[in-house]
Amino acid sequence: MIKVNNITKKFGSHISLENINCEFNKNESIALMGANGAGKTTLIRSIMGYYHPDAGEVLINGKSPIKQRVEVLKHISFVPQLPPPIKLSIEELMQYISVSANVDKELIKHYANEMKLDINANLNKSFFKLSGGMKQKLLIAISLAKESDIIIYDEPTANLDPKARDDFYRLLKQNEKEKVLLFVTHRLEEVKDLVNRQIYMDLGKIVSDERF
Amino acid sequence: MKNLYLIAYLDLKESIRAKWFLVYSLVFGGLIALFFIAGVTESQVMGFSGLSRLLLMYIQITIVILPIFILITTVRSISGDRDSHILEYMLSFPISLKQYYWGKIIGRFITVYLPVIFAMIIAVIYGAFKGADIPWNIFFLYTGLLFAMSATFLGIAFFISSFVKSSEVALGIAFFIWIFLLAFIDIALISLMMQQRVDEGLIIFISLINPMEIFRVAAISLFDPELTVMGPVAFYILDSVSQSTFVLLSIGYPLLLGLLFAFFGYKIFEKKDLV
Ligand SMILES: Nc1ncnc2c1ncn2[C@@H]1O[C@H](COP(=O)(O)OP(=O)(O)OP(=O)(O)O)[C@@H](O)[C@H]1O
Ligand SMILES: [Mg+2]
Repeated sequence: MIKVNNITKKFGSHISLENINCEFNKNESIALMGANGAGKTTLIRSIMGYYHPDAGEVLINGKSPIKQRVEVLKHISFVPQLPPPIKLSIEELMQYISVSANVDKELIKHYANEMKLDINANLNKSFFKLSGGMKQKLLIAISLAKESDIIIYDEPTANLDPKARDDFYRLLKQNEKEKVLLFVTHRLEEVKDLVNRQIYMDLGKIVSDERF
Repeated sequence: MKNLYLIAYLDLKESIRAKWFLVYSLVFGGLIALFFIAGVTESQVMGFSGLSRLLLMYIQITIVILPIFILITTVRSISGDRDSHILEYMLSFPISLKQYYWGKIIGRFITVYLPVIFAMIIAVIYGAFKGADIPWNIFFLYTGLLFAMSATFLGIAFFISSFVKSSEVALGIAFFIWIFLLAFIDIALISLMMQQRVDEGLIIFISLINPMEIFRVAAISLFDPELTVMGPVAFYILDSVSQSTFVLLSIGYPLLLGLLFAFFGYKIFEKKDLV
């Protein structure tokens, strides 16, 4: 489903991704690991079509996430490393998502509930005024409600308390069938029974890629 | 299309909640209130009287402050969202860059245009209520001028916001453009004129490339050309082209300029990394 062909991405003279080649297919749950600055986020952003690579290309179901972003992004759920300071209220954010991506608001509420986040009590609050963990819970709920074939998470559990982490992994377990699940993590032990493939990156390269 | 409206609508809602919008509306509303309190409509100076005098004063002040207001509040819209990683999340949904960019512009346009036009409408209503004659031709001309003015500076602001990196630089550029259009061009042209080596038609042409100058001249174009308030430039222009041609030009050209800048801004936005 996702094909990364010879991607190189530089920032000035710094090479963040060097000639990366990999492929992610249906029914794979991949843990993407590596030291800080290894290039994990850069790889994910290239897959999302945010970066114009210096060389190579990404294809998702045969389409370019840059040139055919609308077609491609219909199939992807994404949670970024840091929840951004969005000024819209929760209600408005849900409207944005339900109109643009055809996501059922009730389903967002359902998953938020599963994550122990009470949306109805916060509907008129600005997103950026939620606590760090609440933001992540909401973004996770949205990502699940979108029901995409490809789910990409960049360290989604950084701000979650242990209880919320368990809820999150339980929900993922229920939702990983027939999908590609790619997530960046620094805690392998937490995701051990969720993933069936581990990729390590260092200095912009993939140093190991194992399947189980 | 629905995404375009969605983005415009949400940006509008977000702006209306922002503090700058409150200040912005208070400034223009306050201006009108001040004119009435000061009795501008009652006095008779140099042939201008009543509402037309009030509207003229309003637009002359607006020509100076509206551009800087628009530039300052908008110059960081795209680049700010990029730096704070808002784009990274908002654009992870199936929305084209075109819809996002132009939706933002439309939302912002409504935000900046409504208060200035609304203040003017209130002035007309209140004036009529007090028994003044309503100068409809001036009112419609100014409605068009304010529209064109908002478009020009919004276009320039979005253009800058598509590439500028830091807030400080963005504000710096905004101030520079404002001062440049407000005064520097005129000063430079006056000194050229004094040397008397350049044809005056050419100088006037150059001065009218400046949208602010066009607005200034257009604002008085419907008044009696014999009036002394009219500067030499205005006199020269209204002498050489017909009034209606000039009015069309004074709205059409700045509008086009704004669209052009906005379009170049879009091209840059499309070519650059989103994070
Ligand atoms: N926009 C940018 N401009 C300049 N350099 C960048 C940019 N984004 C990333 N880099 C550089 O690219 C390298 C890889 O960064 P990346 O964010 O991909 O690391 P990461 O593996 O996600 O790290 P972490 O675990 O800390 O999140 C780093 O050296 C970083 O400094
Ligand atoms: Mg990262």
